[in-house]
Amino acid sequence: MDAGTCTSAVPLLEVDDLRVVFPTPRGMVKAVWGVSFQIQKGHMYGIVGESGCGKTATGRAILRLIPPPGKIVGGRILFRGENLMEKSEEEMRRVRGRSISMIFQDPAAALNPLFTIGQQITAIMKRHKVAHGEALRQRAEQLFEELGLPHSRDLLECYPHQLSGGMQQRVMIAMALCVESDLLIADEPTSCLDVTIQSQILDLLVRLQKQRGLAIMLITHDLGVVAETCERVAVFYLGRIVEQGAVSEVFRHPRHPYTQGLLAALPDPQRWGSPLKMIPGSVPTPLEAIPGCAFAPRCEFATDTCGNVEPQLVSVGDDHLAACFLYAADPGKGRGRA
Amino acid sequence: MSRGEYLLRRLGFGLFVLLGVLLVTFVVSRVVPGDPARLYLGPRASPEALAQVRERLGLDDPLPKQFVKYVASTLQGDLGYSFRTKRPIIEDLKVRLPATMELVILSTGLALLVGVPVGVLGASRRGKGFDQVSRILTIAGVSIPAFWWALLLQLVFFLWLGLLPLGGRVSQDIQLHHPIQMITGFYLIDAAVTGNWIAWRDAALHILLPACVLATYPLSLAVRMTRASMVEVLSEVYVTAARAQGLSEREILFRLALKNAIVPTLTIMGLVFAYSITGAVLVEIVFTWPGMGSYMTDAILNKDIYVLFAVTLVVTVIYIFVNLLVDLVQAALDPRIRIGRGGEA
Repeated sequence: MDAGTCTSAVPLLEVDDLRVVFPTPRGMVKAVWGVSFQIQKGHMYGIVGESGCGKTATGRAILRLIPPPGKIVGGRILFRGENLMEKSEEEMRRVRGRSISMIFQDPAAALNPLFTIGQQITAIMKRHKVAHGEALRQRAEQLFEELGLPHSRDLLECYPHQLSGGMQQRVMIAMALCVESDLLIADEPTSCLDVTIQSQILDLLVRLQKQRGLAIMLITHDLGVVAETCERVAVFYLGRIVEQGAVSEVFRHPRHPYTQGLLAALPDPQRWGSPLKMIPGSVPTPLEAIPGCAFAPRCEFATDTCGNVEPQLVSVGDDHLAACFLYAADPGKGRGRA
Repeated sequence: MSRGEYLLRRLGFGLFVLLGVLLVTFVVSRVVPGDPARLYLGPRASPEALAQVRERLGLDDPLPKQFVKYVASTLQGDLGYSFRTKRPIIEDLKVRLPATMELVILSTGLALLVGVPVGVLGASRRGKGFDQVSRILTIAGVSIPAFWWALLLQLVFFLWLGLLPLGGRVSQDIQLHHPIQMITGFYLIDAAVTGNWIAWRDAALHILLPACVLATYPLSLAVRMTRASMVEVLSEVYVTAARAQGLSEREILFRLALKNAIVPTLTIMGLVFAYSITGAVLVEIVFTWPGMGSYMTDAILNKDIYVLFAVTLVVTVIYIFVNLLVDLVQAALDPRIRIGRGGEA
């Protein structure tokens, strides 16, 4: 790729037709099936969906960290125009933590309990050769201060269990940023935290995105979080993207019945006292082979076509795609909202 | 709790266990049928002589008084006399204990040094050839009878290949021409310290087979324990996190994950160590190793009960000490065992 002429045109990350499977004794689970999206430099990209919809697998696949026996069976992952799928394991190790970092849902589980915070963060900096000797500590302390962690000198000597959940997640973010990576994959970074701490961590992520020009791939099941922080969003259902586009567009005019259902299920102060709406049925196990649209069994608009043919993403508005036959023939016009 | 406090607490607990064992051996010694005085003098002793010996050994004193005397003399290193060797038991142990300890320490060391890396590699190559082979071998290792395994190795390495000696701690001509000067009683250490390399080589060749036989069980156990806890640790989020941070696989396995996984292995090895001291009996007999095992067997066959009590006591002390050591190593590895330091920051 000629970086000199078209830097701005090449997205930071381009995932193209990604397919991840997990073989199980009862059959092949298609965790991610034909997912494509792009993340621009310095943008916050939201990935939403229920548990098991493939959003975490997508995040891990980008770093090629799918736990065996699961594996990536197709697609391309272009980072700054380079295909990560073609890199050797050793080259991948230089990408991980250096160009692309990751933070996890439960910071208490993501920090090794037997090593001090200082040992853990300096190991990463040493590994990627960004600092040596005393500079390691200084850099860590600076970063802690920037992330709003108090008493940074003592903090380096602390073990993870001595910190609160919010501090642990800040430490994880510090570990992700200590080598100045360009993309942060944040896998449900606030799900395990208290509500008050959740907003602090989100504010912190937004601030880092703005100040450092950091691109963030925010994986979450919380639509509210995406609405508040992201520019673009992809809605996952059973390993597929059913709707994607600009947040303002997708949330104001949801086109896919699943997205419509999700948004309708949010508590609404104006309907105080009335029961919450819900999507009928439940997510089928990924083992069940569903011909056609995966959402069809739960969809109130489903037709015969939906049960037989898999819908493709089609343009349903300005910077807005949805995979639904309601729009296939006549993009931009649907049969109304739920 | 500070590290010093933790140490004191564990030490106090060890003393408590020791006192319990003293009490049990004392009670058992008074409950077993048979008159110690008669054992001491033989079946044809006169009633006067028996009364005299009872008087001298304090066998007519009230039991609490006897117990206090027993504890006091034990603490001074007086473990009584062996009926059979007619020597103070402590003198016998000075020769026998190092022989067994040399064997047990070497075999446990071998088990840890080989077993832990094999377990780690097995976990990281789960289900692959290396893992399968090591699983089959370790199942064989924990189930093989020690004496049969010992005989087999003797057959191969002594009779067929002629590479290694059949038994004993050193060859007779070495004993005559290059005697090992007794310092610690550990031949390999004593020979090395005095620069007696000819004897060192000979002693090393002699200890090789019995150490391997004795190491078979703990080694297999170390492999299986390490593999099992490694498999668990490798599925932890912090291992995925370490991979996502770009750390090398070797660093993840042997520096990060192993520190988490080795704690259960150490616990088991602490227990097996004490078990090996008494479990060495068969191995010592097959290899005519002059250690605690043969001493104990002779004592059992000759109803030399004070030797048995003394051995029980010594093994208990070693057991307490080794487990204390394991506790301390674990506390050093895992900050959460030293509870309360700082707490929530």
